[in-house]
Amino acid sequence: MNAVLHEADEVLLGFTRALRAAGVPVTQDRAHGFLAAVAAVGADDRQATYWAGRATLCGSPDDLARHDEVFAAWFDPRDGLPRARPREASRPSTAQLLPDAEGAGGGDEAGEEDLVRARASEAEVLKHRDVATLDAAEKRRLASMFVRLSLRPPARRTARHQRWHRGELDASRTLRNSLRHLGEPGEIAWRRRGTRPRRVVLLVDVSGSMSPYADALLRLAHRLTQSARSVGGGVETFTVGTRLTHVTRALRSPDADRAIVAAGEVVPDWSGGTRLGETLRVFLDRWGQRGMARGAVVVVFSDGWERGDAELLGEQMARLKRVAHRVVWVNPHRGKAGYEPLQGGVVAALPHCDDFLAGHSLATFADLTEVISRA
Amino acid sequence: MQGMDSAADVATRLGATGYLADDELATVVFLASRMQRPLLLEGEPGTGKTALAEALAQSLDLPLVRLQCYEGIDASQALYDWDFPRQILHLRALEAAGEVDSDEAEKSLYDERFLLSRPVLAALRQAPAVLLVDEVDRADDEFEAFLLEVLSTWQVTIPEFGTVTAPEPPLVVLTSNRTRELHDALKRRCLYHWIDHPGLEREVEIVRSRAPEVSEALARQVVGLVQQLRQRDDLLKPPGVAETLDWARALTYLGTAELDLASAAATLGALLKYREDADRVKAALDRMLSR
Repeated sequence: MNAVLHEADEVLLGFTRALRAAGVPVTQDRAHGFLAAVAAVGADDRQATYWAGRATLCGSPDDLARHDEVFAAWFDPRDGLPRARPREASRPSTAQLLPDAEGAGGGDEAGEEDLVRARASEAEVLKHRDVATLDAAEKRRLASMFVRLSLRPPARRTARHQRWHRGELDASRTLRNSLRHLGEPGEIAWRRRGTRPRRVVLLVDVSGSMSPYADALLRLAHRLTQSARSVGGGVETFTVGTRLTHVTRALRSPDADRAIVAAGEVVPDWSGGTRLGETLRVFLDRWGQRGMARGAVVVVFSDGWERGDAELLGEQMARLKRVAHRVVWVNPHRGKAGYEPLQGGVVAALPHCDDFLAGHSLATFADLTEVISRA
Repeated sequence: MQGMDSAADVATRLGATGYLADDELATVVFLASRMQRPLLLEGEPGTGKTALAEALAQSLDLPLVRLQCYEGIDASQALYDWDFPRQILHLRALEAAGEVDSDEAEKSLYDERFLLSRPVLAALRQAPAVLLVDEVDRADDEFEAFLLEVLSTWQVTIPEFGTVTAPEPPLVVLTSNRTRELHDALKRRCLYHWIDHPGLEREVEIVRSRAPEVSEALARQVVGLVQQLRQRDDLLKPPGVAETLDWARALTYLGTAELDLASAAATLGALLKYREDADRVKAALDRMLSR
């Protein structure tokens, strides 16, 4: 421990750097807070240093787990030297994973010409094409058309009132008005209940059977997040599959491509299996029931190919329905000729949905935003 | 903050009020008071986040000011308001006395005695105090920004009145159930602590300390069963420590010395708050109790 006392700050700061490399967002002021905390408990107390690190450098349970790993690696060096084992995010990005999201250059040029030649009708056709069947150039063109989608977040009434020119009497404001005139009766003020945007929660299935749509759906999620943000609405996005991942933060980046790559980096179960029932339960336990889904408009994007227990899925959908304001199920196959909702998952879930929509083309996405706005 | 010299001291003081803090929690509380930083507590419902603030206030003999957050809360509900009816009465009184000089009158209207302190202002003015900002994740992010300002400067400006600064920063405890990710800026201001469910021995100690009327044997049985229930993954809402306490007390009030199927089934409502959970547990109770 002598070395630690000697160059304590250096070792401690090295630890914060290692932690940052492991993916915990350690800012300068947090690092300072850590040093101050260690000074307060004494650097020779290993356990207290550990707790100080957890308290000052972490902000979520995920951070805590990473902190513990790095702490052990940094302060219990096996070969005598402190060292960190930063965990690189080695997961392939969406762009690499999804077929032809990043296509060849040649096709692109041809696409560019097409665009000039017949832009309007082309766009109109593209709007109704199934996104799973598009080639790279078409996908890129479609991506630029997402900007036209804009979400007017659904509104809910609030407990608070706002000024209005009719409605119910606003006694306190009337009093305040008359105060201004030294107690002489003044103008009578009226009020009505205010409104606030309702929360929108998107659950995007990224399992194998949905992977042709994953890129477009994340793009849609990004677009909805951005356009709702500009008017003060909140859109929360999770990916579901075999695991539940909160990707809202990644989608907040204004640049769509960057946001989707960032989201791809945090999702561990791209193109895996579907255990929708289980992940839905995790969502409800950890987030939904406590408030995230409460009174919200919840949109589930999935084809309902459930590998897990369909009964469990039905049970969890019923739970979701009881908590949420409105549950919308979006199935990319819904809009195709001859589709019948027969898969076990869909059959179990449908009775608990308020809307069952198609979601395979830009036009259907536009319908979806309309449904959300009217919810 | 008087008397909080070390983490061990914090644990002793909290223990004296019946709140059993483990070493990590005691260290974090000690750091919060020493570094004058707010303490952000997250964890499962019913693990004693709110109770910590209450115990802290009691152990330091400080007033506890509580701000319950909810959707749509704004600064005027957290900070201050003016007492309009009394202001008007005052104005009438001035008029009756026949000496209304409008400037003077206005000045006297925005006097301290017409100022209604809401929790945050109250905590700043009463400092030293413990300010509990409960369920901060329920408030909107605008409110978070406002809180952030108060928590970094420990002062509040009222346009008609002036700036109120706390002579000593209050000890602030924020609790969150993680329904919404809090803003990073707010988290950075705070010390973070995740409260888990306690282990078997500790939970027995907690029950014995918070509810001394419950017998040792019953406490052990109750906690053992609750811990088993938390292991199950099919419960919508696994019971927290608060529910354990409720259940142990309920059983004691009914004069139960030993947990049996009939008494457990009759009092299950103190423990489980969902019909589905109650059904599942009732079906399994027989097996669990015979173990």
